[in-house]
Amino acid sequence: MTEAIEIRGLSKRYGTLRALDGVDLAVAQGEFFGLLGPNGAGKTTLISILAGLARPDVGTARVLGHDVLAEYRAARRLLGVVPQELVFDPFFTVRETLRFQSGYFELRRNDVWIEEVMHHLDLTGKADANMRSLSGGMKRRVLIAQALVHRPPVIVLDEPTAGVDVELRHGLWQFVQRLNAEGHTIVLTTHYLEEAEALCGRIAMLKQGRVVAFDRTADLIRRFQALYVRLRIEGQLPDALDARLVPQPGIDAVGAAAGVFLLQIQHYAEVESVLAALRAGGCAILEMEIVQPDLEEVFVQIMQTR
Amino acid sequence: MTGFLTLLEKELLRFWKVAFQTIAAPVLTALLYLLVFAHALEARVAVFEGVRYTAFLVPGLAMMSMLQNAFANSSSSLIQSKVTGNIVFVLLPPLSYREFFAAYVSAAILRGLAVGAGVLAATAPVAGVAIAHPLWSAAFALAGCAVLGAMGVIAGIWADKIDELAAFQNFVIMPLTFLAGVFYSIRSLPEFWQKASHLNPFFYMIDGFRYGFLGAADVDPFVSLGVVAVFFVVLCAGALALLRSGYKLRS
Repeated sequence: MTEAIEIRGLSKRYGTLRALDGVDLAVAQGEFFGLLGPNGAGKTTLISILAGLARPDVGTARVLGHDVLAEYRAARRLLGVVPQELVFDPFFTVRETLRFQSGYFELRRNDVWIEEVMHHLDLTGKADANMRSLSGGMKRRVLIAQALVHRPPVIVLDEPTAGVDVELRHGLWQFVQRLNAEGHTIVLTTHYLEEAEALCGRIAMLKQGRVVAFDRTADLIRRFQALYVRLRIEGQLPDALDARLVPQPGIDAVGAAAGVFLLQIQHYAEVESVLAALRAGGCAILEMEIVQPDLEEVFVQIMQTR
Repeated sequence: MTGFLTLLEKELLRFWKVAFQTIAAPVLTALLYLLVFAHALEARVAVFEGVRYTAFLVPGLAMMSMLQNAFANSSSSLIQSKVTGNIVFVLLPPLSYREFFAAYVSAAILRGLAVGAGVLAATAPVAGVAIAHPLWSAAFALAGCAVLGAMGVIAGIWADKIDELAAFQNFVIMPLTFLAGVFYSIRSLPEFWQKASHLNPFFYMIDGFRYGFLGAADVDPFVSLGVVAVFFVVLCAGALALLRSGYKLRS
């Protein structure tokens, strides 16, 4: 089956800055895909090339088999992009904005779908309000509606929940999950890693324009087998456990003073050896918690090591 | 075609929503020019034989207003969209660069014509103007607005900031339109300035448009229309090349 998104050897420079450096990626149809990376990693450049807002120096990008340059009309019809910046046209109402966006995609009579999209994004009550009068969250919803107005099979959301309140985030994810369940391919970039972990079936991590990790979310986390034991103890941490101590930049001194330590173990069976060392050191355990790694942990480790 | 028509409709609605500023204000400005200059010069200046100064002035004022507003429409729309970032809404869809150009220039033409109609409606009763060759006037109005609309597209793409565009408007468009024979016939100028005026493409637009009203002009209207057409073709080629390359729009 044709990939929803296929990127081959994509490179892009801005002056001396190498924004993308030989990126290869493939997103299957129907996937909920996460694109993660720190600021400046190249996520937005990648999305801009897919959307035709930027042109690659080298390499190709295809949307459902259509090259974004050579077959730009077909590629753009199949792609809906929610830009990161909260932009709007202050001259128009919400409904006018959506009708125009629909028309740009050559859909003249699209009012039924426009009303439906507005309904799902809770915009119906603001349909005739000028864009200027909307709150930031409402403007964000309109941006999402604009990306969906031509029913694109592939939807790219570039940090759609940045600066959005919890209620809207939940509503938005429910809506996007529904779209995904209906067969839309979703590509998401976000700084909220718990969102990516909960929603994305596969994840690619970018760092300095390169893909440094690319796998199913569960496998990515599983690959980092380590477990953690968070302890609050009375007394000094025995020397035998020093090797297991996980540095926690910025909180080490405070943590140690309060008797709080984070220890790394490989398996649950090693809990016993930690307890034995504590007993041997005469430490009383006040609190103890076993922590499984999450995507954030994996992300930090990958970004530090690769 | 739907993409082009939608972008055109958006551009028309954009200036129509602020018609007080985009149509009524330039009409009032032209009317004030007419009242002041007519009062000062009506009895003192005879440009063409048997033609009152106000009758000479009105077509020039109308054309100057059309040109300035056609330029303002495409250039200000583009720079505002670039500065606010909402240009992305017309860059993401499958609009071709030709549709993009045609929509912005068409909207500029229609704004220019709306302003021109307003200026004529407001000033003609005052000045008692008749149209000798309406088709010539219509041809020059259309061609002049198209030229300035295309020029506005280029300026709007080129400018990164609103003050850069304002500089272009104040230091290029305004002097060229003011010195294009709106208020005088270039025959009244010293020889050097007459020759210099012939290098100003805006002169041919105003002179040709005025020919349609008065049946008299400084230059043969066929020559003027030819000059304007060549100018338009050059600007179109430039604007389309910029749009095709994605200059300052697609990185």
